[in-house]
Amino acid sequence: MLKNRNLIAPNDFTNQELNEILLLAREIVNRPDFFCKKAEGKILASLFYEPSTRTKFSFDTAMLRLGGQVIGFSDPLTSSTAKGETVADSAKTISKYADIIVVRHPKEGTALLMSKYAECPVINAGDGGHQHPTQTLTDLLTIASNKSSLCNLKIGVCGDLKFGRTIHSLVTCLSGFEGNSFVFISPEELRMPSYIKEKVAEKGKSFIETNDLEAAIGDLDILYMSRVQRERFVSEEEYLRLKDYFILTADKMALARKDMIVMHPLPRVNEIATEVDADPRAKYFDQVKFGMYVRMALIMKLLGLDESTPEEDK
Amino acid sequence: MINVSKLKKGIVIDHITAGTGYKLFSQLHLDELDDVVVLMRNVDSRKMGKKDLIKIETDLALDFTVLGLIDPGITVTYVEDGNRIKKVKLTLPEKVEGILKCHNPRCISNTEKLESTTFYLVDAKKKEYACEYCEARTQL
Ligand SMILES: [Zn+2]
Repeated sequence: MLKNRNLIAPNDFTNQELNEILLLAREIVNRPDFFCKKAEGKILASLFYEPSTRTKFSFDTAMLRLGGQVIGFSDPLTSSTAKGETVADSAKTISKYADIIVVRHPKEGTALLMSKYAECPVINAGDGGHQHPTQTLTDLLTIASNKSSLCNLKIGVCGDLKFGRTIHSLVTCLSGFEGNSFVFISPEELRMPSYIKEKVAEKGKSFIETNDLEAAIGDLDILYMSRVQRERFVSEEEYLRLKDYFILTADKMALARKDMIVMHPLPRVNEIATEVDADPRAKYFDQVKFGMYVRMALIMKLLGLDESTPEEDK
Repeated sequence: MINVSKLKKGIVIDHITAGTGYKLFSQLHLDELDDVVVLMRNVDSRKMGKKDLIKIETDLALDFTVLGLIDPGITVTYVEDGNRIKKVKLTLPEKVEGILKCHNPRCISNTEKLESTTFYLVDAKKKEYACEYCEARTQL
């Protein structure tokens, strides 16, 4: 049962629970109108202790499209922390008003702390670069919608694999599904950390490491791109030498399979050339939409809302 | 030296680093026991120069796992009829609360000055614990 649970880290839910959420999300994608009154009378508290317009919009519109209402703030200076209230006390008081809390905070572990004191479900919308589980849900829905399942996929992840937490959670999560394998594409300096590789191996999944995107792309079902950031490199020369390896162009897309999909957590800088945007395999702008739908499904599950649709009533 | 009568039945916690005895005493909540408890400080020791020592006259089973965290050199011995019957091997607890502090400046436990953060044993060989909030590792 997902009712009254919290979502703090991507591995809080079992595969079966993830599938349940994705299944509901896909129903919502197909017929959003069936769900537009499901959360009527419910209130979501949207607490953004640091600004993130993109994520806040996604959660707020998800609640509004379910017919619920939203309270909250997106500027820490207007919140009660400015008056010295502890996060624990805020969680206690806000959960008296709201039915569910979404929190983003610059400090690691804040969502977990709030969930200990709140009397309602808490969703982590990012805690200082530590965890961002709804990004992982967004990625999973994008994959499930385009590939029909989360199993038997060859997933290439490319770019900054050392510091990219989004990629770490996604790889860890997908390694728990049958038949998946991975290609880690990065410069030597930004290789996947060994504790992630150990997790993949523990789950009996295989992976290869390479710095050649062109050579790897032809085998992939999914290519997940990420930014290579200048400040990660020891020297400017190193950065300049390596950065063009990881720019996805129309030429490289020509080497990929017809049914491969390209994903990216956005915003991008230059790692995907704009000429790729028109390619039907480019799914990164669709991810934004999936992000909202999967949050609708998540809110419904945690609130334990009625999921029936008119077809089922007949 | 003050003479403390020989323990007949109970537990001896020996080889405590001098000055740490009271910390162990509090950690084990020995002040809450109705039994006879003796805390000796700055006892002469051939091996250690000075050491602290605790004797508890009790039938109770106490949780010693936490002791190794505070002072890994200590020994715990059970005594019955004046004889030492069992030495307890100290192992690291899977989970500790309120003893360790997170060193990650970005962690909410430091901003909020939380009293009792839980840490989970993640690597027994390296004696590493992870903070429940930020997962940052602390080595003992
Ligand atoms: Zn911490």
